Amino acid sequence: MTGLRLDGRARVFGDDINTDYIITSRRKRESLDPQVLRQYLFEEVDARFAASVEPGDLIVAGKNFGCGSAMEVAVTVVLGAGIRAVLAKSFSRTYYRDAVNNGLLPVMCNTSRIGELDRLVIDGTSIHNATTGETVTAGGFPKIMLEILEAGGLVPYIRKYGDFGL
Amino acid sequence: MAGKTISEKILSAKSGHDARAGDVVVCRVDSAMGNDGSTPMALDYFEAMGGRQVLHPRRIVFALDHYAPAPSQKTTQLHQRMREFAARHGIEVWEIGAGIGHQLMVESGRVVPGSLALGADSHSVTYGALNAFATGIGSSDLAALMICGRIWLRVPATIQVRLHGQLPEGVFPKDIALALARELRADGATYQAIEFGGPGVASLELEDRLVLSNMVVEMGAKNGVFPADQKTSAYLGAACEGVASDEDAIYTRAISLNLDYLLPQIALPHQVYQVTEIAEAAGTPVQMVYLGTCTGGRVSDFHQARDVLKAGGGVAPGVQLVVTPASRQVLETLTADGTLTDFIKMGAVIVTPGCGSCCGTCGAIPGDGVNVISTANRNFKGRMGNSNAAIYLASPASCAAAAVRGVISDPRDIHREERPS
Repeated sequence: MTGLRLDGRARVFGDDINTDYIITSRRKRESLDPQVLRQYLFEEVDARFAASVEPGDLIVAGKNFGCGSAMEVAVTVVLGAGIRAVLAKSFSRTYYRDAVNNGLLPVMCNTSRIGELDRLVIDGTSIHNATTGETVTAGGFPKIMLEILEAGGLVPYIRKYGDFGL
Repeated sequence: MAGKTISEKILSAKSGHDARAGDVVVCRVDSAMGNDGSTPMALDYFEAMGGRQVLHPRRIVFALDHYAPAPSQKTTQLHQRMREFAARHGIEVWEIGAGIGHQLMVESGRVVPGSLALGADSHSVTYGALNAFATGIGSSDLAALMICGRIWLRVPATIQVRLHGQLPEGVFPKDIALALARELRADGATYQAIEFGGPGVASLELEDRLVLSNMVVEMGAKNGVFPADQKTSAYLGAACEGVASDEDAIYTRAISLNLDYLLPQIALPHQVYQVTEIAEAAGTPVQMVYLGTCTGGRVSDFHQARDVLKAGGGVAPGVQLVVTPASRQVLETLTADGTLTDFIKMGAVIVTPGCGSCCGTCGAIPGDGVNVISTANRNFKGRMGNSNAAIYLASPASCAAAAVRGVISDPRDIHREERPS
């Protein structure tokens, strides 16, 4: 886990949230700008979400978050809304990968007892729910993923190193 | 030390390390494809990363397939940007009308057994049918590999799927893929490879294997790889050695499927794993039938659909039949052998080779309340551009059977009722 410390409100979703539900393909036709697309964030599953999201909110989901298409806007639109981390029981591999490469923290942990708008504190591998008082532990990251996350994503990583270090 | 799976062997060769499941390795990439959905963002990343030159431009190709032809000013501008970048760096572009990037990767010979072939699109797993390690990557990955020629990959553990027997009449590779989705659901293979094997593999043509590899991502798999055999060599037009798994390779799970007893399957809206036998859904009305995509848009798919449609006497009133060949080569073959004329005479809408309606980026968009039955791989709500439509997934023959009757039907029943058209 990174040394990153984050806190924010939980915004809760269910299992198998696919990338088309995060942002539909048809919205990409007109713009790839996260600041434009954020107004359609999660519109297929919760039409009111985009208007109610606040910078610093944390996405909390069940299993297989980000399944379906590998489209990276499904990560950049989340970052564009000011969300810095997604907590889920599991992620699709492409979403997990795109998250790491863009510096969006993918936190794999037991999310079943986190409720909507609970106040969460992420500190290393510890996820503390200040609303319920419970704490769960998240898995860590292999070295290269940690380096990319700590660099802030693949852009600053490649700018710095020009290649992969392994 | 235990033996290795096909995926472990290919990633060992490409990384220069003894790659085992769970390791993270950096690999040399043999070929990579970006399409008009993913490449414009990759060009933004390339610039942001300070990229000036593409290290191996001949290993990269861009496909204009999602917006083919461009349906708007914005998308045509994306195409122009891709063409300009490609011309400046010596990258080949598969133009509008050439077809779906995945199909062209396979047709063009850019994917060979034992290679590491990537695409900035989740259905890049398709190339695993040719005994390659093939997986989908993001736009930032494509940008980084254009700069340094390499990628980081976690070596997947492997699920073995052993096929036995042979598909009976009226049952097709899509039915195998849907049966597997039913078993593994949307995340049963997450972070893992699926390796196909067993005596049943020999009976599957290359086009059949492409359907299975294509759909492994719907079960969360990183890649879906087949062994290489005479059919692989015949398809590529050259003898190939291929990469085989070791006898003592370690698998996390083994699934056996006996093809002899498989029945036609159908995925119900709005999840790929909501699969049932087609008899269970029979009678549901459909208003749109979609034949195409990187799953079901090849020559054999259209032949299977055409046979059922002809046997059944054509398309039922009130049904829109949409035909989108996966590539120009497919379109040419269908033109030469008369299949295309058959479809035109039946009143089908013929769409430019490409992704078409599959993800709602162009082509025919279904109306509100419309039930679509499609040869595609995904049926998520809103997938085809209208969240008020419902999408069913089935084999080309099953889709054609629904077109004949206007309701979901078992394709084996249509053949039994054959009448002159």
